Amino acid sequence: MKNMKLSAKDRSRKIYNQIWLGVLCLLAFAAIMPLFFIFAYLLVRGWAGLSLSFFTEIPKPVGEVGGGMANAISGSLVLMALAAILGVPLGITCGMTLVELRKSSTAKFLRVAIDLLTSVPSIVVGLFAYALVVVPMKGYSAWAGGFALAIVMVPIVARSTEEILKLVPRSIHEAGLALGIPRWKVLVRLILPGVKTGVTTGVLLALARVSGETAPLLFTAFSNSFGFRGLSSPTASLPVQIYTYATSHDETWRQLAWTGALVLVFVVFCLNLLTRILMRRT
Amino acid sequence: MASSVSTQAMHAPAALETRDLNAWFGDLHVVKGISLSVPQNDVYALIGPSGCGKSTFIRCLNRLHEETDGARVKGEVLIPGAAKADNIYASGVDPVSIRRRVGMVFQKPNPFPGLSIYDNVAVGLKLAGIVRRNILDDVVETSLRQAALWEEVKDKLKKPGTSLSGGQQQRLCIARALAVKPQVLLMDEPTSALDPISTARIEELVIKLRNDVTVLIVTHNMQQAARISNRTAFFLLGELVETGATKEIFTNPKDTRTEQYITGRFG
Repeated sequence: MKNMKLSAKDRSRKIYNQIWLGVLCLLAFAAIMPLFFIFAYLLVRGWAGLSLSFFTEIPKPVGEVGGGMANAISGSLVLMALAAILGVPLGITCGMTLVELRKSSTAKFLRVAIDLLTSVPSIVVGLFAYALVVVPMKGYSAWAGGFALAIVMVPIVARSTEEILKLVPRSIHEAGLALGIPRWKVLVRLILPGVKTGVTTGVLLALARVSGETAPLLFTAFSNSFGFRGLSSPTASLPVQIYTYATSHDETWRQLAWTGALVLVFVVFCLNLLTRILMRRT
Repeated sequence: MASSVSTQAMHAPAALETRDLNAWFGDLHVVKGISLSVPQNDVYALIGPSGCGKSTFIRCLNRLHEETDGARVKGEVLIPGAAKADNIYASGVDPVSIRRRVGMVFQKPNPFPGLSIYDNVAVGLKLAGIVRRNILDDVVETSLRQAALWEEVKDKLKKPGTSLSGGQQQRLCIARALAVKPQVLLMDEPTSALDPISTARIEELVIKLRNDVTVLIVTHNMQQAARISNRTAFFLLGELVETGATKEIFTNPKDTRTEQYITGRFG
């Protein structure tokens, strides 16, 4: 009798277990569903417009069929390169400073400041770049856009560099110091080369992040519809172009926006995949 | 306590001398007023139980102790020619210039990750601005030979230093320290992380190194001190209890605490 009773209890426990496991799986699935929906929907809507001309042609005027986003693609590349050139050295230097100063109050202050910078809304970053670059230069430019994106990149690169450098044992620092090498040279010439994959990973993640930023570009790089005309001219970018075209009334332009979104998501996806591969190698 | 040895040491020129050297970690006083003199071309062993301050003591001799947060040093360390009036703690002395003259080998092998065997040895010179290939080649070979590693690595100098075994890595670290031609070589328990065969190899090479450099070696292993050193200092609770010829210390210690330690009654 007693055994029977126990096994009945066991059975109900198993059923409960199954039910809750099912619920958990469903919830987990629901959490990542948006990702699949976005991908699937972008593929369905964007695929139709995917052709060579999308990458090679500039947009045609409203009403005309055809055209591409060559201006936005080249502009995005220029903006990201500018952001990387301005932001990466600054971010890495900042990360190294954080590690070198360790627990000093300067380092604590810097760390809080960097975390705050990370959470500043990107539209505010755009305003800042507007005031600092666009107004004095009297016009929208790739410089201004790159500058705004660099500000978004710096804290990401700084914190990831710091985390990577913190993984290097103190004994390696000491080995360098004991050879009579100055502290900054120990960091730049001995420690940094050993963790370059890790630092690169941080840089790629930051690039992936800014490649989709729209708000900081709206009134810095602005946009154009004829392709790249130099660093001091307004420069188109994929996110801004998508934003403009998606809200237009022209069917051809809306199709371009869908395809542009597909390309953008694909690029971000590839950058993320690349960081995963790099991380696994380290 | 150390007077008889000090007078002996007077005859040979001292490679290094400390005068009333004190060191702290925050409020913790770990090295208490150590005065000792290390004759040129000695292998000088520092023995004592864990936490007796011997590692901190040698980290003061190349001004590495001060790199730790909250660490502090007071006293004099004299190394002939290393600084004005020979005192490496005189004001205005750049620690970097001291560390070029006083090399260090650590407890755990710590080759630079990402650098080849060649670059691990050459890096000290390279970063000091020496770039002539033939000079570097020469120094790398000489240093690796001194560290008894040349034969094992001469065909794979481009491989990463971290690809070597633990014992080989430690000899690589010795070669790296020797490459900058230090006057004094500090070794902080260099064999405690190694197997007996690697330990024996390093002991052999330390004995040979005597001809080129003065060695201070911290060790937990009293047999090791007896095998390789010609002079020994016994530390206890941050104080120097006794110094003397190694044979004397091990056969006829003057202080009862030294005797208790070497006969294994504590530590």
